Amino acid sequence: MEKRIPISERLPEERIKDFDEVSLGYSKEEAIAEAKRCLGCSRPLCVEGCPVGINIPAFIERIKEGDFRGALQKIEEKNLLPSICGRVCPSEYQCENKCTLGAVGAPIAIAGLERAASEYGGEGIIEGVNTNPSKPKRVAVIGSGPAGLTCAAELARSGVEVTVFEALHKLGGVLRYGIPTFRLPRNIIEKEIEKLEAMGVKLEKNVLVGRTIPFPDLQTKEGFSAVFVATGAGLPQLLGINGENLEGVYSANEFLTRVNLMRADLFPHYTTPIKRGKRVAVIGGGNVAIDSARVALRLSAEEVYIVYRRTEEEMPARKVEIQHAKEEGIIFEYLLSPLEIRGNGEKELICGRMKLLDERDASGRRKSKLTDEITSLKVDVVVVAIGQRPNPLIPSLEPRLKVGKEGEILVDEEMRTSLEGVWAGGDIASGAATVILAMGMAKKAAESIRKYLGIAP
Amino acid sequence: MARIVDKTLLAERVVLLEIEAEKVARYAQPGQFVVLMPFETSERIPISLHNWYKEKGTIEIVFQVVGRTTLELASLDVGNSVYTLLGPLGRPLALEKYGRVVFVGGGLGIPPIYTIARELKRVGNEVCSIIGARTASLVILEERIREASDELLICTDDGSYGRKGFVTEALQELLGQKHIDLVIAIGPVPMMEAVSHLTRPLGIKTIVSLNPIMLDATGMCGVCRVKVGGETKFACVDGPKFDGHQVDFADLRRRLSMYAKEEAEALEKWETKVWRRESP
Ligand SMILES: Cc1cc2nc3c(=O)[nH]c(=O)nc-3n(C[C@H](O)[C@H](O)[C@H](O)COP(=O)(O)OP(=O)(O)OC[C@H]3O[C@@H](n4cnc5c(N)ncnc54)[C@H](O)[C@@H]3O)c2cc1C
Ligand SMILES: Cc1cc2nc3c(=O)[nH]c(=O)nc-3n(C[C@H](O)[C@H](O)[C@H](O)COP(=O)(O)OP(=O)(O)OC[C@H]3O[C@@H](n4cnc5c(N)ncnc54)[C@H](O)[C@@H]3O)c2cc1C
Ligand code: SF4
Ligand code: SF4
Ligand code: FES
Repeated sequence: MEKRIPISERLPEERIKDFDEVSLGYSKEEAIAEAKRCLGCSRPLCVEGCPVGINIPAFIERIKEGDFRGALQKIEEKNLLPSICGRVCPSEYQCENKCTLGAVGAPIAIAGLERAASEYGGEGIIEGVNTNPSKPKRVAVIGSGPAGLTCAAELARSGVEVTVFEALHKLGGVLRYGIPTFRLPRNIIEKEIEKLEAMGVKLEKNVLVGRTIPFPDLQTKEGFSAVFVATGAGLPQLLGINGENLEGVYSANEFLTRVNLMRADLFPHYTTPIKRGKRVAVIGGGNVAIDSARVALRLSAEEVYIVYRRTEEEMPARKVEIQHAKEEGIIFEYLLSPLEIRGNGEKELICGRMKLLDERDASGRRKSKLTDEITSLKVDVVVVAIGQRPNPLIPSLEPRLKVGKEGEILVDEEMRTSLEGVWAGGDIASGAATVILAMGMAKKAAESIRKYLGIAP
Repeated sequence: MARIVDKTLLAERVVLLEIEAEKVARYAQPGQFVVLMPFETSERIPISLHNWYKEKGTIEIVFQVVGRTTLELASLDVGNSVYTLLGPLGRPLALEKYGRVVFVGGGLGIPPIYTIARELKRVGNEVCSIIGARTASLVILEERIREASDELLICTDDGSYGRKGFVTEALQELLGQKHIDLVIAIGPVPMMEAVSHLTRPLGIKTIVSLNPIMLDATGMCGVCRVKVGGETKFACVDGPKFDGHQVDFADLRRRLSMYAKEEAEALEKWETKVWRRESP
């Protein structure tokens, strides 16, 4: 069987010097060659693995013929952000994990092909723009992350007048402030947002719903017929250990926001400061931890450690990103749990050694337990990347909105909340998850909102 | 949006700006603040609301030039716009009848007192304000604070205006004379700490307005974390007003000086730039 066509990447020693994209994507020829490996299964398992149900064999078929525009159109029937998903979707756990070829060799590089379609397929579709002009229904979307953008696009397509409210001064949610440019260049987000504007979606930045506009007023004074809450999982979890408030100890959200949103990498031209550590420890094992470590490296750190409680096998981060981090020289320290941070500029991160148990947690990963062994790392910057909780602001101000144990807004199978006319989706409803799951939920919500407003899809 | 419609120099390095911010003015409540960036390359900095006009759709803020971003803000003129402005932020103070309320305002803690005092007085509290500054020329907004209070005491460190001494000394005297139900202290950290120290043994409820470093000010980054009653709180969404008797002021002081080196560098870069622009 033919081998999977590798996706070219910049060399580690070059790419760690800047914030430009690491993966270069397929050329047209490479994409066609990779597409030709696809069996075009009559019962395509890959589709079952895609939360938005893209007709994968159909779009790949078009790439085989060199018809990238057709491929893009096929994808956009289900997914309006292919250039983003093609880059950040954890496809190895989703569509590619189900691909029939996986059992006998390497699965098709579906995400890579999706990116190629978005790159070579032209402008993509811009439709909608109010086919329903007599008396358009108005919907408010809170948050401009992937969930908010997807719901807005879906509704705008059906002629709904949509306003997106975003608290920050730039749009995109985690795509903007969390995921670094070397994985998702900013012009890609800009282009998707321009598409939304062209569809007639109103985008209002600098509006923190709950403060700038009281939440209940959206439906009353502001006259929105429906509200979609997509405020994400932005609440950083901290360790609660001694020394956590020392200077140079960051939550991953703070560390990444300073660079991605505020451009602290260009200090002092941009004036938001950041501590450039020589030796940096990042605590955690997910995408957020890996991104923080690779950002620290690009801020000219000499040594960067990932300190994780379990082992590589349990790490929730994307495999390709773990691989990239290793190539770039990030040092992985497994089975360590931070106990205390001591010192000032020069710090000591005191950790306890863990051991793996046979017992598994809810996600099927092996649990670990603290032993008596203590070790320590000499560092000057610590980044805590141990998870984010759903954003508590709106539920805290609107007690009628029911939430679960972790603070997630409770929704039914149509993403309806406990409040009439209010839907929720994305990380605010699921807890920190993925771009594509957030988009899947947003699509479901849009469908339910359409039904509620009596609008044909 | 966010166009500057008026600019007044209140004292040396202390500027009042009136800015178009219709949304902020519409829902602003006493004790809240805004976050703004003068330019696209600026930091996001928090500034308290001094006042607002719903009908006109404008807000007033007062700030002191202390570093790069406040200098950038002061460089804008009437007709210019700030790059971005978000608000109103923070938990508003509950407008209840507390009884006799004493405000203690030091330096740039004076401007936010104005609307809080005015509204508390309006709902039937007896308001006494003690405001202080280093010297006479830095006593700002005297007339407005007087109008918002039933009684006003002014202190200067050097005795050049009002009584000589610190606001805490005036407070201490007052505490000996009258029954007081609530103290609200806004100003430099050492002042708020000293006020909390004075009132703790007397069991008088004391509210302070904390000013940690902020970034997003939406509860997302955690840089504004403060320790209150042993718990970690995010000042931008849980505060900025907290029970002064519960606050870990030492922790706050340490965290405020975190970027001293970088702040100096950013300021120096700006001054070099300005200097270069002016020279041929
Ligand atoms: C560093 C990092 C790396 C990641 N890497 C990947 C990856 O490689 N692949 C992947 O699939 N997933 C990844 N994820 C997860 C993914 O980004 C999230 O699951 C996804 O962004 C969730 O989308 P969302 O729309 O629900 O929320 P968000 O993207 O969090 O957006 C929420 C938006 O709402 C705004 N908001 C919040 N409250 C209010 C309010 N009251 N009023 C107005 N606006 C408000 C916020 O400012 C924010 O912009 C990563 C996450 C992080 C943090
Ligand atoms: C809720 C709140 C309300 C405030 N209200 C006012 C006000 O009404 N008037 C006023 O003059 N000042 C106010 N401040 C303080 C004001 O935000 C700082 O003076 C300003 O950020 C300084 O920025 P700079 O770049 O000019 O100075 P820098 O040289 O950067 O910093 C000088 C000092 O200001 C503090 N500071 C720096 N960056 C920030 C930041 N991003 N957020 C918060 N503090 C920072 C630090 O303690 C620092 O040492 C308030 C702060 C908070 C948190
Ligand atoms: S959106 Fe994600 S899961 Fe769906 S096909 Fe694309 S890469 Fe696979
Ligand atoms: S399962 Fe794999 S081979 Fe089959 S259609 Fe999907 S991508 Fe192609
Ligand atoms: S400023 Fe970021 S959480 Fe408060």
